Amino acid sequence: MALLEIENLSVEFETATGKLRAVDGISLSVDEGEVLAIVGESGSGKSVSMLAVMGLLPWTATVKADRMTFQGRDILSLPFRERRRIAGNEIAMIFQEPIASLNPCFTVGFQIEETLKAHTDLGRADRKKRTIELLKSVGIPDPEERLNSFPHQMSGGQSQRVMIAMALACNPKLLIADEPTTALDVTIQKQILDLLMDLQARTGMAMILITHDMGVVAETADRVIVQYKGKKMEEADVLSLFEAPNHPYTKALLSALPENAVGDRLPTVSDFALEEAPYTGAAS
Amino acid sequence: MSQVVLETRNLVRDYQIGGGLFRKSHAVHAVKNVNLTLEKGKTLAIVGESGSGKSTLARMITMIDAPTAGQIFIDGEEVDILRKGLTPELRRKVQIVFQNPYGSLNPRQKIGDVLMEPLIINAKIPASERRDRAMTMLKKVGLGTEHFNRYPHMFSGGQRQRIAIARALMLNPRLLVLDEPVSALDLSVQAQVLNLLADLQDEFGLTYVFISHDLSVVRYIADEVMVMYLGEAVEYGRRDEVFSNPKHEYTRTLFAATPRADPEAIRARLARRAKQRTTVEV
Repeated sequence: MALLEIENLSVEFETATGKLRAVDGISLSVDEGEVLAIVGESGSGKSVSMLAVMGLLPWTATVKADRMTFQGRDILSLPFRERRRIAGNEIAMIFQEPIASLNPCFTVGFQIEETLKAHTDLGRADRKKRTIELLKSVGIPDPEERLNSFPHQMSGGQSQRVMIAMALACNPKLLIADEPTTALDVTIQKQILDLLMDLQARTGMAMILITHDMGVVAETADRVIVQYKGKKMEEADVLSLFEAPNHPYTKALLSALPENAVGDRLPTVSDFALEEAPYTGAAS
Repeated sequence: MSQVVLETRNLVRDYQIGGGLFRKSHAVHAVKNVNLTLEKGKTLAIVGESGSGKSTLARMITMIDAPTAGQIFIDGEEVDILRKGLTPELRRKVQIVFQNPYGSLNPRQKIGDVLMEPLIINAKIPASERRDRAMTMLKKVGLGTEHFNRYPHMFSGGQRQRIAIARALMLNPRLLVLDEPVSALDLSVQAQVLNLLADLQDEFGLTYVFISHDLSVVRYIADEVMVMYLGEAVEYGRRDEVFSNPKHEYTRTLFAATPRADPEAIRARLARRAKQRTTVEV
């Protein structure tokens, strides 16, 4: 059964120079326990469409969709309070820069407990117990001690682990990870991806992974959506995408990988893809 | 016979950390005993995670920081900025391009001024010639003369990195240090910038020190590879040797951690996952 279903989503931003269409008619669905990767370059609207799902876009954005349902419930027409109950509880999100997404003024323990306080009716002692449990499950050593650490006392990889713990606090059905490893070293990236995949397998939650890195896609996804300038270019399961990409943009993206370089020069994407997918937006 | 452009002997850099009225300071050994030689027209890639000392090494090569011990030779001439200082001639020979093109350009300076500034400081050239040279360089890096009077915010990340590269090349350097020049860029733009770097290297006979943590980029661009770990050069050799036969444990870890994007690897992963799923269900 589809957990999240989106049909014909478009997001427009009101800017000084007129309307900018960041997402243009995207449809997607995620099944329970599935890992969906959304790949695209910056400006392809991959983050914006997921922020629209979370209801985190600023007021300058107009979100329109024929359908946007989570577990069969229409989330676009839900009143604000009920929507808040879903976002953060049943759908959780982690962001690209773990150090920037944590509040530097509070201990990580406090920040995880805050989520529990907002979404559950656990008592104080239970909340603390659960927080320690969460930190342990994301592989932070000495969780009892680290509870009292401030974000600046943790490394980038550890901060991302804390963010994951926070996202998992309420056992979400769907985790949206927006470039979770982009700011990290390769060795740490591997650890975080392994952790996410392990948690995903253990809890059976669905996951949407937003990334620009084809390597990360290859290591994690079941199904892949390739997005370019707000439009969906291709949707395929991971193996067929890498073995036989259909859309010229996907082909270009794969051939721009340095490891696929033939000869001295790398083929570049932009000239190739632009003619195939004409775009008449306000991007300059 | 090829010339050696850059050579370092037992290069060491320590940083003194902390220390107050009652506390003793301690030294952090950022770079320990690094030896390297680099010939003209070649590319040396330095790989390592954050904190491995690769940027400190770059700062010493660029003569921004003085080494604590050891020697640096550029074109066979010893550089000692602590005792002998820096001549404009030396400054000209080594230039650097930084990682973040959003941070390395002054937002209030027009592109033309960005490009002409190195000439004003390091060379005695009349204004009209400075302008001509800047225009030529803009075209070389794939931008147009109409960009001369624009400000950095009007450019995309890839274009800004081209500007940063153009600025570094204004003084005809011998050696260009590239500190993660493509890691802030999208894949397609990354490919363009890497191609540009390759073209410029051919045209000007440039020597590159290329710092990166992305092994696929390194494999593509480098002639020689140095892997740094905790300040030490744990592996140093020709690219093919390092990639086909890594000697140090850390290099192997690094290779294993790099995501692979080929169908066989995906198939193996999917099989593992299917197995994991059935065991969970049972």
